[in-house]
Amino acid sequence: MAKIVIDGREVEARSDVNLLQACLEAGEDLPYFCWHPELGSVGACRQCAVKQYANAEDTRGRIVMACMTPVTEGAIISVEDPEAKEFRGEVVEWLMTNHPHDCPVCEEGGECHLQDMTVMTGHRERRYRFDKRTHNNQDLGPFVKHEMNRCIACYRCVRFYRDYAGGQDLGVFASHNNVYFGRHESGTLESPFSGNLIEVCPTGVFTDKPFSKMYSRKWDMRGAPSVCSNCATGCNTIINERAGKVRRTLNRYNDEVNRYFLCDRGRFGHGWVNAPTRLRSAGYVINGDMTPVPAQAALDHFGKIAASGRLVGIGSPRASLESNYALRKLVGAGNFSTGMAEPEHSLVKLAVSLLAAGPARIATMHEMEQADGALILGEDVSATSPRMSLALRQIKRTAFNKAADQARVPHWMDASVRTLGQDTISPLFVVSPTVTDLDGFAQDAIRAMPEDAARLGFAIAHRIDASAPDVAGLSEAEAASASRIAEGLLAAEKPLLVSGLQYASAALLQATANIASALAARGKTPLISFVLPEANSMGLALMGGLSLDEIAAQTADATLIVLENDLSRRLDGAQFEALVGSAASLVVLDHSVTPTAIRSQVTFPSAAYSETDGTLVSAEGRAQRFLQVVYPDAPLQAGWRWIADMAQAAGLSHVQPWARLDDLIAEIAATMPVFARIPEAAPAADYELEGTPLRSQTHRVSGRTAIRANISVRDIPPPSSPDTPLHSTMEGSYSTDMPGTLIPFYQVPGWNSEQSLNRFQQEIGGKMRGGDCGVRLIDAAGGSGTFSSGIPEAFRARAGQVMLLPEARVFGTDEMSMMAQPIADRAAPAVVRVGGTVAEGARVRLSLGGEIFTVDAVSDPSLPEGVATCPPHMVSRSWSVPEWVSLEITAPAERVGTESAV
Amino acid sequence: MSTAELTAQDAELPKDLVDTFIDMAAHEHHPRGAAIEALRLVQERFGWINDAHLAHTARILGMSQADLDGIATYFNLLFRKPVGKNVVMLCDSVSCYIMGAEQTRERLCRKLGVKMGETTPDGEFTVLPIVCLGHCDHAPAMLVGKDLFGPVRPEDIDGIIDDIRARKK
Ligand code: SF4
Ligand code: SF4
Ligand code: FES
Ligand code: FES
Repeated sequence: MAKIVIDGREVEARSDVNLLQACLEAGEDLPYFCWHPELGSVGACRQCAVKQYANAEDTRGRIVMACMTPVTEGAIISVEDPEAKEFRGEVVEWLMTNHPHDCPVCEEGGECHLQDMTVMTGHRERRYRFDKRTHNNQDLGPFVKHEMNRCIACYRCVRFYRDYAGGQDLGVFASHNNVYFGRHESGTLESPFSGNLIEVCPTGVFTDKPFSKMYSRKWDMRGAPSVCSNCATGCNTIINERAGKVRRTLNRYNDEVNRYFLCDRGRFGHGWVNAPTRLRSAGYVINGDMTPVPAQAALDHFGKIAASGRLVGIGSPRASLESNYALRKLVGAGNFSTGMAEPEHSLVKLAVSLLAAGPARIATMHEMEQADGALILGEDVSATSPRMSLALRQIKRTAFNKAADQARVPHWMDASVRTLGQDTISPLFVVSPTVTDLDGFAQDAIRAMPEDAARLGFAIAHRIDASAPDVAGLSEAEAASASRIAEGLLAAEKPLLVSGLQYASAALLQATANIASALAARGKTPLISFVLPEANSMGLALMGGLSLDEIAAQTADATLIVLENDLSRRLDGAQFEALVGSAASLVVLDHSVTPTAIRSQVTFPSAAYSETDGTLVSAEGRAQRFLQVVYPDAPLQAGWRWIADMAQAAGLSHVQPWARLDDLIAEIAATMPVFARIPEAAPAADYELEGTPLRSQTHRVSGRTAIRANISVRDIPPPSSPDTPLHSTMEGSYSTDMPGTLIPFYQVPGWNSEQSLNRFQQEIGGKMRGGDCGVRLIDAAGGSGTFSSGIPEAFRARAGQVMLLPEARVFGTDEMSMMAQPIADRAAPAVVRVGGTVAEGARVRLSLGGEIFTVDAVSDPSLPEGVATCPPHMVSRSWSVPEWVSLEITAPAERVGTESAV
Repeated sequence: MSTAELTAQDAELPKDLVDTFIDMAAHEHHPRGAAIEALRLVQERFGWINDAHLAHTARILGMSQADLDGIATYFNLLFRKPVGKNVVMLCDSVSCYIMGAEQTRERLCRKLGVKMGETTPDGEFTVLPIVCLGHCDHAPAMLVGKDLFGPVRPEDIDGIIDDIRARKK
């Protein structure tokens, strides 16, 4: 820390930051554009000018760019100095010469950093009387709108998109007044992180396209903190609502998890909550048609069904802990399934037990960014946990920082650090059967089939610590790679190991765990992470239950209750029929219509994550609470409430209704030790700050009384819920000290954009003032760990058969996000990639789960002969696990023939 | 060559340029270091840089089109649109302005029958403004291809242009 003087006020400042950060942390209103808390400084916009004085005698001082000037002990600066103020006002005036006066029709309006900064500088009168330059806009695809006239050339967009996220197709063109930020031609932005441009751009150049179709001003929307449920990473989000519809998803800062950025699946994958595919009333399904019935009738009907026999329950890794627990309680632990089929069920359990028993700490994403040696073993993280891959890309930057340290350049000096680091090799090793987006960031990207990747992993462990079992029969190249990677990991201070379940290989998980144990045995403190399939996979593994395969033996003549789970994605046609068909009746609780719901006799409409509170456990083992933003119309209610109602209807007294979510959470914590800490995931519903609950609307939300006038002009009480700590209206407290888990929106006086976040942090990029977000439930056992010796045989191609591997995708292979239109629009059609050469336009015929599919084929020279990939769930609804298949390639000529015959 | 002919050029670069670029890239610390020179050579050969040539050059240098186009569009002497055989660049900076560049420009445009930024229908001349040519002591200054002229008074225009036309015959 250093003491600096700002306008005569002595403040403590961190010595490794710049004066802009120091001023902001000291609560000063100093405007800026090009500096971004996560992207650092480049000094491009000249907006952050302050006066700096050489010493106490210096009365003249000189203007410096605060963002480019390091904090030094005893520095004397002035923000209020008239000359500095005038300078800042003029910078804005210059920027404004070309900025259109279109705030009223601009979607950034009301949460615009440029508006905030302009007001902050005090500039209000424009002297420029000439034409403004205008640009053509581009169609950037289903996610991001483009309005280039609003650009102020701060360069944040390309610095995020290219430097930070590694995207290639966004560039900056031309010079001076004509500078243009866009693609080389209209077309969909390729990066899966493009949505962050919306928040990164301080103006309305890049805005949210789906939001635009149901636009509302920031101040007019209710906000609630939420947790992304589109993968197991558990990124923190804010969701916005107006008039009962979820309008958009924004990033919510969690210093250890997603920090400043989301992936596009998370940002644009919420639309299914508003979609016509939602279940909005209880129903009977007759001949595949759903007939709405009053909830009470459905419950009575359930009561009758349930009275006639056993209950069997199938939970879900996409449902909350609370609803799963309620179902488990209703049917009894022995009749409860995790909702996962084999091999996923056992693999998730294996992953969790390896994490809990091993010596390595589960890495947070922030720790991943800072790793100085990392191995990704047999998982395409860029598709299975997109945000994690963005964190892993920063490993390269961390390596640059080392070069910067030698040259004594501070880390926030972004352009200099990147220039210094351009020849630095990033200590990242990727081992994967297919090309991954991370390859370009890696020192070594090694192609290996899952078995061979696991073998390599085992060999690496042995080379790190000889007591780990060795692998016989490695090729020379494999042995050399193993030694190189072992050295790379041993050279690191914080080695990181990542694997996952994409290729459904226990050996991959064990090999990764072996490396962790070997590193620990050598005195290192390794970090580990396993990518899991779904938002609550970890929670379900911790809760326990039978696999779908096991529960199938118990469903005969029982009443089968399925909670928020589409079994047709997990079981092939025959298995699905066997399970569902053997049950006396099928009862489905879900928020959306699925093939499983269509097969049921009775359905109950459960609330989506935007309509109720609940807890999810991410792959990091972090229990996190999502809060409701919509107050749904009856009969929609949380799954666990339905389950309590069902118990009552069936006269089952062992499940008594829970009055509030907190009662249920307390019960889970009390009865299941592994969940003992989940109440800490977020404050309870009775949370109060300064004597009142927190509000979820801004203080100037408009149309409160008029918005329902087309239905009724009568005053109605504001909606409320006993489960959520946020008050549904604009009444209540709101402060920068509120818990990070309860933040409904970011706004402080003078700062209406998301940049106001700076004020909610203890220090910029540090912890939230209101405390941590979420609670980690499992952690490494410590100690040295054990070694597994389950080394698989090397992969061998089979004559006449092809090994079909699942090709995970950011857009297309995930269930719920594909029910959101923008994601469906963005998803590319399914193709089978075939190793070796296939003629252009060829198709393949393959049989999966007893069904025949014909799919377009492309050749993928990076795959070995005898191997192909296919996106899971996109061709065959259930297929997702590597499998030997016979694959028949139909020549392009034939294809034309067949099609014209059809 | 007409615009249509120019745009109909081969999508691929000729082999000798490809080889040169590969060689240049190999001699740079980073292949992208060869970008400006490569673009200059494309322009020298074809008069301007079309999309296909840009894309091919980007491929050779391992850059994205956006990245390379960012460089191409940054420099005002790299042309991303077809130009005439002779590019006439008239200085519009301060010394030349004071010395009557505007009158010279008017005369030039009238002579060629085009506005600034346009190409004559016969594809012979494109007229563009340019910043100070460092020829201020002979203002107003004008550059045609690689030949520097100045001072260029309005009455000098006919002679210069006719000369160039004659030279071409
Ligand atoms: S588009 Fe936005 S982020 Fe990019 S330079 Fe312009 S104002 Fe800055
Ligand atoms: S990485 Fe996963 S959790 Fe994070 S935003 Fe993307 S889909 Fe959501
Ligand atoms: S924020 Fe300091 S120059 Fe842009
Ligand atoms: S101002 Fe025209 S040549 Fe210098």
